[in-house]
Amino acid sequence: MKQGFFTITENRKLTPTTWLMRMTGDVSGIRAPGQFINIKLDGHFLRRPISICDARKEGITIIYKVLGHGTEEMTCLTPGAELDVLTGLGNGYDISDAGDHPLLIGGGVGIPPLYLLARCITKANVTVILGFNSKDEIYYVDEFEKLGARVVVATADGSCGVRGFVTDAFRELVNQGETFTHFYTCGPEPMLRAVYERVYEKAGISGQMSFEERMGCGFGACMGCSTKTRNGNKRICKEGPVLRTEEILW
Amino acid sequence: MVDTKVDLCGITIDNPVIPASGTFGYGYEFAELYDINCLGTFSFKGTTLDPRFGNDTPRIAECPAGMLNSVGLQNPGVDDVIREELPKLERVFRKPVMANVSGFSTDEYAEVVKRLDRSSVSDMIGWYEINISCPNVHGGGMSFGTDPKMAAEVVKAVRWMTDKPIIMKLSPNVTDITEIARACETEGADGISLINTLMGMRFDLRTRKPLLANVTGGLSGPAVFPVALRMVYQTAKAVNIPVIGMGGVSSAEDVLEMMMAGASAVEVGAANLVDPYASRNIVRDLPDAMKKYGIDSFTV
Repeated sequence: MKQGFFTITENRKLTPTTWLMRMTGDVSGIRAPGQFINIKLDGHFLRRPISICDARKEGITIIYKVLGHGTEEMTCLTPGAELDVLTGLGNGYDISDAGDHPLLIGGGVGIPPLYLLARCITKANVTVILGFNSKDEIYYVDEFEKLGARVVVATADGSCGVRGFVTDAFRELVNQGETFTHFYTCGPEPMLRAVYERVYEKAGISGQMSFEERMGCGFGACMGCSTKTRNGNKRICKEGPVLRTEEILW
Repeated sequence: MVDTKVDLCGITIDNPVIPASGTFGYGYEFAELYDINCLGTFSFKGTTLDPRFGNDTPRIAECPAGMLNSVGLQNPGVDDVIREELPKLERVFRKPVMANVSGFSTDEYAEVVKRLDRSSVSDMIGWYEINISCPNVHGGGMSFGTDPKMAAEVVKAVRWMTDKPIIMKLSPNVTDITEIARACETEGADGISLINTLMGMRFDLRTRKPLLANVTGGLSGPAVFPVALRMVYQTAKAVNIPVIGMGGVSSAEDVLEMMMAGASAVEVGAANLVDPYASRNIVRDLPDAMKKYGIDSFTV
């Protein structure tokens, strides 16, 4: 973990409810895709934990959904503004397990950390399933394709791509004879549960799942975000947010 | 040069700044961020006889100028603390540490103190801080701190187990905190620390349900500072043993205010969760703040 000040260079709307922010600062605290940052906002006591979409030496990209007062105020921040940020929080994804044909599954606001992950997995044939509620919420498909990944989109209302959920898109790929070496996922909990059932339990593919929990500090001090696993109690902010399918208790 | 040293129950500490229990783990994780020997001491995570997972999540809710928590005393249990946590701390902390103890019966408080006091790591412990004020557990914690008779019984039980100073951590969720403090003093407590969190709650407007799985939680942060200060002031006047002030302390100036209210030392809690360097920064800023307000030392 590192504390630093970041300067906003870009803050724009991607979809009606999703925003992209870029900022420059010291990124040396970031060690793995799937880690998150924790942002201090004026007028709010607790920081806002947000997953890292991309990190390069010149700075960080985050994509955030407007969910409450804090994220709503973030949309008003303009280039040049400075933010107090804790970087490199959480364990992140382990890319050494990817194998030749990893599958990345993202739902809604869970998609951003998969971008840096896809960029880090350079020696494999990456397939990405991106799930959205409808066409107007779709973002970042081109960016994943530019990385050389094969992208399959699913929308719950069928307005684009596969009609249904990410698990429906997964079933179509399997029916086409596709096989995968490992999977990585991030998204809302109902999606994670469905992915766990269909991809891990039913299809027998091991994977790494990124969880969300309401956090106090975000760096392991308050025990606010603890969860039970087969390997004992874990703090989502410190030993998580990424848990392996084998250790998840559902 | 100003002198930041204070005496806490017969032990001199370099400065009155003490990270509060539950916001600093067992210290060693913060030692990866800075040299924690700059602190006066710190109070380690509330330790019970058996390992505890704590309450269901969500356990955290934000409030104006503060936060609610309902962690519920998650800790690995006293035996694991002795075997795993304190040896890790020993490698990075050279000062006496404050051992925070919690329980669900007077016997449990006494047993935890006994095991710590007779352990191979007992030399690391300077003080016992007995938490009779956790608002997030049922059938224990705060129920001991809201009744002078029960508080006195806890003091009596742990008094037998150790010769080290015993500091009773009190709850603000009472009508008259000085009555509890006096009951503790009468039974031989060496110090009082206050305040633990104030009970509160919040609703989620969308689900129409409480934000915390535990329904209620403890409020901490700058929001509670004036309340804490008032109670420290009242308690320091009511007893003749040292009082540690805590509740929303976030700056060196807040530390000075607490000391002016009669505190002998000051704990820093929620501030550590927002800024991991908060306690170190308060230690760093304290001499200048003292100079600014013409304070040479905290001793009379």
